[in-house]
Amino acid sequence: MSLVSAGADFRGPLASSGVAEPSLATVGDYIALMKPRVMSLVVFTALVGLAVAPGSLHPVTAFTALLCIAVGAGASGALNMWYDADVDAVMTRTARRPVPMGRVRPGEALAFGLTLGSFAVVVLGLLVNWVASALLAFTIFFYVVIYTIWLKRSTPQNIVIGGAAGAFPPMIGWAAVTGSVSFEPILLFLIIFFWTPPHFWALALYRTEDYARAGIPMLPVVSGDASTRRQILLYTLILVPLGVAPWAFGYTGALYGITAVMMGAVMVALGWQVLLESRPAERASRNLFAFSILYLFLLFAVLLVERGWGGLITRLTA
Amino acid sequence: MSEQRDDEGIVLTEAQKRARRSRSIAIAFALAALVVLFYVMTLVKGPGVLIRPI
Repeated sequence: MSLVSAGADFRGPLASSGVAEPSLATVGDYIALMKPRVMSLVVFTALVGLAVAPGSLHPVTAFTALLCIAVGAGASGALNMWYDADVDAVMTRTARRPVPMGRVRPGEALAFGLTLGSFAVVVLGLLVNWVASALLAFTIFFYVVIYTIWLKRSTPQNIVIGGAAGAFPPMIGWAAVTGSVSFEPILLFLIIFFWTPPHFWALALYRTEDYARAGIPMLPVVSGDASTRRQILLYTLILVPLGVAPWAFGYTGALYGITAVMMGAVMVALGWQVLLESRPAERASRNLFAFSILYLFLLFAVLLVERGWGGLITRLTA
Repeated sequence: MSEQRDDEGIVLTEAQKRARRSRSIAIAFALAALVVLFYVMTLVKGPGVLIRPI
């Protein structure tokens, strides 16, 4: 059992004397606070946005932009873990995070997140540009305040609206190069935005008890299993044409188009299997959850190879 | 916990000392990296570093 679920107040035996307990938190705990796996996806999608954007950016500036976006994502993760320590403690998937385990105090996570976020936004503004900086600040605000504090515990549409936070990084990458936002990065935003619900609802289908125990109104908890499966297929049917759209609008070549169509077909097939499946079976949900990660990764990887690779080489040799 | 408190303050355990030392080293590296980053970016931007339209 974690310290939070056990009702610990993180003050330890010295608390009675009014002295704060010396921390045992390691560097690894602070790295865990930044959600490194989420951060890697954020960096990757931001890199694609940065690479496909027209114009030039010095490689050191591009590295700085990606570093700031990564640190901003880490700040969001730390602030999320600060606020969600109580629900993290009762969910199997999150109970071993540093705050519910008592290795990092909530106040330390808050201070760490605020410091990282402030540095990321200010450094991105000073060294790259203020449009990208403002977008990064808004993304952190959206993830922490709109999603974590407000939506997550109050509506089954939490990850639909909150998914916008995860969709901003390619737009920030684009803005780092151009200093503006246009239709193409909005398209990349929409792909991630409509990818998020089927991805997370597939996970929620086989973690329903976890979310229910934590009091999180995820769609399967509130609307039930069958309704969630219909919604997953519906959002997948919206996602697949959006995935093909960059090719349809002429932004990419045939390789991307073929990849998007083929991967989209598999997504729809898996979404259909999820619809036909019912509890306690969860194989189709697990398959869709795993494949959705590959879907997004491959789409952006092909985009990077086809559109961005030449641009990156040009920038590195400029 | 095995901390003791005497008249001179808190006595850290070995584990707490190790954790504090590792955190201090990480902060030092982060600050050094920030200094290097600003130095390199100043070289990259050249005189333009002072031009900062918002």
